[in-house]
Amino acid sequence: MEANLRKKLLYVKKNWQLYVFFLTPALLVTIIFRYIPMGGILMAFKDYNVRLGILGSEWVGFDYFKRFLSSPDFLSYLFNTLKLSLYGLLWGFPVPIILALLLNQIRSVGIKKKIQLLIYAPNFISVIVLCGMIKMFLSPVGPLNQVLGTTTNWMTMPEAFRTIYIASGIWQGAGWASIMYTAALSNVSPELEEAATIDGANLFQQMWYVQLPAIKNIIVIQFILSAGNIMSVGFEKAYALQTGMNLPTSEIISTYVYKIGLLNGDYGYSTAVGIFNSVINVILLLVVNKIVEKLNDGEGL
Amino acid sequence: MKAKEANAKKTVGRKIKRSKLDRAILLAGYTLLGLFAVAIVIPLCYVVIASFMDPNVLNNQGISFRLEDCSLEAYRRVMEDSMIWRGFANAFFYSLTATALSVFVTLLAAYPMSKKEFVGRKFFNALFLITMFFGGGLIPTFILMNQLRLVNTIWAILLPGAFNVWNMVLARTYYQSISKELREASQIDGATEIQYFFQILMPLCKPIIAVLALWGFVGMWNSYFDAMIYLNDAKLQPLQLVLRSILVQDTPQPGMIADIQSTAELAKMAELLKYSTIVISSIPLLVMYPFFQKYFDKGIMVGSVKG
Repeated sequence: MEANLRKKLLYVKKNWQLYVFFLTPALLVTIIFRYIPMGGILMAFKDYNVRLGILGSEWVGFDYFKRFLSSPDFLSYLFNTLKLSLYGLLWGFPVPIILALLLNQIRSVGIKKKIQLLIYAPNFISVIVLCGMIKMFLSPVGPLNQVLGTTTNWMTMPEAFRTIYIASGIWQGAGWASIMYTAALSNVSPELEEAATIDGANLFQQMWYVQLPAIKNIIVIQFILSAGNIMSVGFEKAYALQTGMNLPTSEIISTYVYKIGLLNGDYGYSTAVGIFNSVINVILLLVVNKIVEKLNDGEGL
Repeated sequence: MKAKEANAKKTVGRKIKRSKLDRAILLAGYTLLGLFAVAIVIPLCYVVIASFMDPNVLNNQGISFRLEDCSLEAYRRVMEDSMIWRGFANAFFYSLTATALSVFVTLLAAYPMSKKEFVGRKFFNALFLITMFFGGGLIPTFILMNQLRLVNTIWAILLPGAFNVWNMVLARTYYQSISKELREASQIDGATEIQYFFQILMPLCKPIIAVLALWGFVGMWNSYFDAMIYLNDAKLQPLQLVLRSILVQDTPQPGMIADIQSTAELAKMAELLKYSTIVISSIPLLVMYPFFQKYFDKGIMVGSVKG
């Protein structure tokens, strides 16, 4: 035991550069900007007063949590968040995989590269520009209404928000997300595909039995990661697409936390809601990881 | 090279015999892919064409392809506005410095973490990974920044993102794909870890550096949340915040429309200005990214080798 410890100390002493030079900057950033704010979680249990500071402020116990959990808006924000990301995952997750499988069938390298370049492009457009485009296209006098000959204002319709959010998300992100699968598919051995062809597998069967299994690991990792982010569905886009009228579906927990916290200054309450969100997120991540482990012969993240 | 080409041709030649069913599947697949590509192109083209329209034509009938309906009016107004240019300059500066700092710190940290024998590896790994999924949240972070007097300074934008755990994992995986004997050989020659890192390892890591830098730059350039919270001073605001007020909050920069009196004219011009603003603000990245394409696949593969 002691010999082991001494060996470790010796390693540290001999390799001090690794600790001091290489690791310290990252460690400082992590501790200051990630771990110290975690201490701020205490605020969720205190009546925060700027003069008294976080530690000096008075305890209120679980008051904020009770207030949030018993508020009539709680379920609506929770379900808005869950629906937005679950539907987004449901519709959005398979698209890049399908795109990659189709791209993989193109034999001309030139054409393939051109299509890839094209479908990656929206990824480089900013959230703000995307939301600006959406607002213009869908405005009552915008091009879509001009084509349809109507004057519907979709941006004010709560029932249209999720469709707009998810469809534009696929438009922007699916091409880019396919890169990973495309890259993995290029490593599938041609012999395997040839063997399948000789065995009489049609193209669809080849995709299903040869190519999909070859990229299964990446699909699994991507799925767990997306599932782990279910509750942190993008603030930036949801906030930019919000209008006063579509709030019944567009108000999600992260936008709510921002509004009550920074705009209304209700710090403790906002922190409590944020914690609630984080905790659900971690639980979801662990659950999904467990499920995937079961389905995937014990291999999770 | 020649042999390779001939080989490729041979494979293609052998594969070309497709059954009828396969050709039908392929046709359906390509149609799907084509539709997706078209769906991407149409909105982009629409924005570009609309940005060159005369405000009245755009308002009455949408875009047209007649040359006499065109005008560069909107571009003139956007170009003359100083807020846009300041936004550009700020965004460029923030993105560049943030990327440089973050890539540097991340590459450094990934090095010891890539060594299997590194004492404390598990502990540090857990320390870093936890922050990927759990954090203090918005308000505690904001209060900390306030106490550190970082609000309304560029540091509020640069420092919190100076280390990226996910990128560290990618860089670490990349290092591990490089032969360990290289380090052993350099050790025999008396090179310290720092010398080895900068003189031998880094030159071998160009693809991953390029990918991390591109991601960092694009991410910083396109985000607005941090700037919205931490930078209240109009002089410090990056492009996306300027765009936000024009595109999302429907308030054109006063400088762009100062000379227009009639409300109706103003509304038409404001709409047109949005299109040209989008084009001008999106050009830098859309022009830049094809040059990085060769790195995409390589860099991405690194990440997917092991999550």
